[in-house]
Amino acid sequence: MNTRHLQRPQAHWDWRAAGNFVCGGAGSGLAFFAAMWAPEALRAPLLLAGLGLVGLGLFFVWLEIGRPLRAPNVLVHLRTSWMSREALAAMVLFVLGLGLVLGLRWRAWPTALAALAFLYCQARLLGAARGIPTWRHPLTVPLLVLTGLTEGLALFWLLGAWMQPPLLLALPLAALVLARAGLWQLWRVRLGQDAPPPALRAIDAQAPVLLWAGTAAPLAALAVAAATGSIPLLQATLLALAGLLAAGAGGSLKFTLVTRTGYQHGFSLPRMPVRGVPRTAPR
Amino acid sequence: MTRWAMVADLRRCVGCQTCTASCKHANATPPGVQWRRVLDIEVGEYPDVQRAFVPMGCQHCDEPPCADVCPTTATRKREDGIVTIDYDLCIGCAYCTVACPYQARFLSPAGLFAYGKEPTENEKVRDDAARRSVATKCTFCVERIDEGTAKGLKPGVDPEATPACVNSCIAEALHFGDVEDPQSNVSQLLARHEHFRINEELGTGPGFHYLWDRKP
Repeated sequence: MNTRHLQRPQAHWDWRAAGNFVCGGAGSGLAFFAAMWAPEALRAPLLLAGLGLVGLGLFFVWLEIGRPLRAPNVLVHLRTSWMSREALAAMVLFVLGLGLVLGLRWRAWPTALAALAFLYCQARLLGAARGIPTWRHPLTVPLLVLTGLTEGLALFWLLGAWMQPPLLLALPLAALVLARAGLWQLWRVRLGQDAPPPALRAIDAQAPVLLWAGTAAPLAALAVAAATGSIPLLQATLLALAGLLAAGAGGSLKFTLVTRTGYQHGFSLPRMPVRGVPRTAPR
Repeated sequence: MTRWAMVADLRRCVGCQTCTASCKHANATPPGVQWRRVLDIEVGEYPDVQRAFVPMGCQHCDEPPCADVCPTTATRKREDGIVTIDYDLCIGCAYCTVACPYQARFLSPAGLFAYGKEPTENEKVRDDAARRSVATKCTFCVERIDEGTAKGLKPGVDPEATPACVNSCIAEALHFGDVEDPQSNVSQLLARHEHFRINEELGTGPGFHYLWDRKP
């Protein structure tokens, strides 16, 4: 536990900022998997859903800023600001993704790359907030990227299970769900050395959602789905349920991270004043 | 090269908040926005307790995290160390407020004055609509410094060129000056006293120094 004073919750980023991380992360993850792995019939609708989520997230941010008409200024500081880079990556993603949706004959991988770039920029955006210990922790960025990818593939199954894509694509979802839980555990342990106690309590309160509803339950649903190949409707339902749970838990984790764990760094006072001294100012 | 900095003598600060009041008066900051604050910090457990009053605000860091994250370049650092905000560029995203480890930045609410929706006489004169719905913070009273130095005055010595909080401090706990000038008031104070900077471990290089004892 740290000994810093006045570690108050940040009061500026609320559900609207969280909405960007929840929707943008999941949307870019979905766009990535839609571009890379989706069967032809599913690609356009899934990509459109992914782009829609990214757009919705950015709309939430727009609702939050104090001077919304100046929003284009967000692109000015690409040299160091991850918010500027996130905005640029979003523009590239929209252009490439909408091109694919509209049937332009260009390759899918640049769209997937743009989706990954957006996800990475968004994770770094939070990681660059040096005033908030839970956000700036070195493991927060990989956790957000992994969560976004997990949500993306989870949404892929939630929306696409009914079209019966190759069952083999359920294996990466299981792997991502497991990896996310493992990384979360490590992040939680490491955070304990730096994060304010109320932030840790908020993380612990959300833990059952992530570990049970977001990890154990989807894994169980995937396992049962693998064994019910003879009943396609049941299998699709189970796969969609696994996707719903894995994506929902990821959203819950990010919402908690932004709105509940954002306690400030506080003030470290290495020495206390020695009282009883003469004037120090010039007479 | 000039590097403007603030020195707070923690042994002399009595926590009267006169600096806070004078800052609010000089800059007409709206309710909830305090560019200059005084933290009241208690350490230890009864009966072994110590208390310190710690003047706090923007530290005008050497490596300001707020400037790096700002997506609009509204936040910049001048060559003399003062970190400024261009209110006409800022979009009010509050990214800088969560990046600042000193809780020094505020998003100024629009349409709120000290006593409701109508500005006081002082606010009518000093409130600036450009400063509403954007990020704001202590400026070290940069206009006073610039206007004062243009007249040949010395910030930290001549009140007309010195930040309002320093001028108002009843205990002579706050000092302002150029730490790059070895003969300046602040350099002399730092040379003669034990001092530290807050949250220095974060690598921000704050321009706010705290005296806690005399050097032996």
